[in-house]
Amino acid sequence: MANIATSALRQASRLGLKQSFASTPLRISRYASRTAVAATAQASQRTYVSETKRDNAQVNIETAIKLDKKDFMNDKGELVMPGSGAPANATVSPMAEVLKEATLMEEGQRPIYLDMQATTPVDPRVLDAMLPFFVGIYGNPHSRTHAYGWESEKAVEAAREHIANLIGADPKEIIFTSGATESNNMSIKGVARFFGRSGKKKHIVTSQTEHKCVLDSCRHLQDEGFEVTYLPVQNNGLISIEDLEAAIRPDTAIVSIMAVNNEIGVIQPLEEIGKLCRQKKVFFHTDAAQAVGKIPLDVNAMQIDLMSISSHKIYGPKGIGACYVRRRPRVRLDPIISGGGQERGLRSGTLAPPLVVGFGEACRIAKEEMQYDSKRIKTLSDRLLKGLLALEHTAQNGDPNRFYPGCVNVSFAYVEGESLLMALKDIALSSGSACTSASLEPSYVLRALGNSDESAHSSIRFGIGRFTTEQEIDYVLKAVQERVTFLRELSPLWELVQEGIDLNTIEWSQH
Amino acid sequence: MSIVSALKGDMPQQARSLYRQLLRQGEQFQAYNFREYAKRRTRDAFRENMNVEDPRQIQDLIQKGLKELQVMKRQTVLSQFYQLDRLVVEGGMAGKDKGKSGDTTRQKDTGWD
Repeated sequence: MANIATSALRQASRLGLKQSFASTPLRISRYASRTAVAATAQASQRTYVSETKRDNAQVNIETAIKLDKKDFMNDKGELVMPGSGAPANATVSPMAEVLKEATLMEEGQRPIYLDMQATTPVDPRVLDAMLPFFVGIYGNPHSRTHAYGWESEKAVEAAREHIANLIGADPKEIIFTSGATESNNMSIKGVARFFGRSGKKKHIVTSQTEHKCVLDSCRHLQDEGFEVTYLPVQNNGLISIEDLEAAIRPDTAIVSIMAVNNEIGVIQPLEEIGKLCRQKKVFFHTDAAQAVGKIPLDVNAMQIDLMSISSHKIYGPKGIGACYVRRRPRVRLDPIISGGGQERGLRSGTLAPPLVVGFGEACRIAKEEMQYDSKRIKTLSDRLLKGLLALEHTAQNGDPNRFYPGCVNVSFAYVEGESLLMALKDIALSSGSACTSASLEPSYVLRALGNSDESAHSSIRFGIGRFTTEQEIDYVLKAVQERVTFLRELSPLWELVQEGIDLNTIEWSQH
Repeated sequence: MSIVSALKGDMPQQARSLYRQLLRQGEQFQAYNFREYAKRRTRDAFRENMNVEDPRQIQDLIQKGLKELQVMKRQTVLSQFYQLDRLVVEGGMAGKDKGKSGDTTRQKDTGWD
């Protein structure tokens, strides 16, 4: 008993001491006596007094990881923040809340995403790699004087290596940019301006089906006095090597041909083009935004001198991309952005470590999962294509053998593409590239293939990615079949076709 | 079962436990596409490495799985905080409300707005 009393007294005095910093001596004595009584009462019940542990306030990382969904749910199944009692869905989209209260839906309302050429969702593994750099590791990777800078720099260099590994390059040859558009601008304008300065090389070769940013860069260079050859493509979307060979002149500075087309998915013969360019001593730039991480690429085997890469097409974050610039033989270019001399002086400006790390992780995953993903995307694509082509009067655009299976472009004759998109509101689709989706103009890529205006108008692009499921494909097939039939029923042209009248023989009366 | 105690068991039991944990964790993703991918990828990865005999390699694979499990635990919790509406394909698969008599049905007339 004496033991208990002394320990209780000791505890009471300790509590009193803690208080003494803030309160008056009078209050101490009162408080101390009260706690002494309470402590003895408790002690006599429990027979021992446990010592307070010193590390109580420390956060255990292991338990933080082990938290489950259930730990964040109350008994009504609502999500609750760990600290507060209120439901945590204050940040949820307002629409979701409205819908939940208004009516019980048998199914969800969000459309299926089948526009993987426009952008892709961020992979949870990528986000997981990025979060530490948003939460705690905020150093400037170019700071060489302290540890904050070093840790960021280390992460950035690791990411650079992942990207280089994916395309078979050296990490030093990767330049981070804001995206493939900037990489394309940097490559084409940079090389053209650097070699055009002496006045010897004033010619650029590109193709008609390139992305808008390549075509527009070339247009700008035309204003600066460069000559540009826009190579036509064959009906299947591929360029012919003979045409290219004929187009290359002694004063050609750069050839820019995209690896995978963003609208029809055809894969250009990069190896042959690279060989030809090396033979003619012309720099070869390829826009591989749609190809990297999806088809195997090797800059050395394909003799590519400059390559544009985008992060958000391979399940990485938006706002970052890279440009591969060959070092041996060295490609020299005029930087568009000048400043602190980061990135070998080719693209100044502080790097964004979270985005760079996410990009690197996305590349690492893409390399690791390429075989698995391509096999799966091929299966889904075959399923979709078979179902769509089973409808009458449908045709695939682009070469049926040399295309990336994740991009399926199909024309539905006698149906207006835009009205079909409107009818397929529950599926997120596009008729062409996202840049031109605001206008109703027919796609210039399909026009370049030699398709008629009607056919170009009635084309729809389906993009399949890592996270697409079989159920989604089946849903899409069913929806497309139903609604194409429905729209055709409305069309007077379809009636004429069913009666066996060739539409080209009709003489439409003038108004 | 915690990660630490899972490490102590024998190898096949350990692998099975990891498999179960991964599948169960994958089920917790809020987004339909991630949920389905997590489950599918887990199944396919285990099936692919079904016949691995080398204990060293098995240990490596299990370590990789544990790492993925930790990522998934963090990301599933995170995904719970930002809930979005469900996809149009999800309801049918759940096998719940089909609009039969007595069921809750779609009250909003679609296709008019």
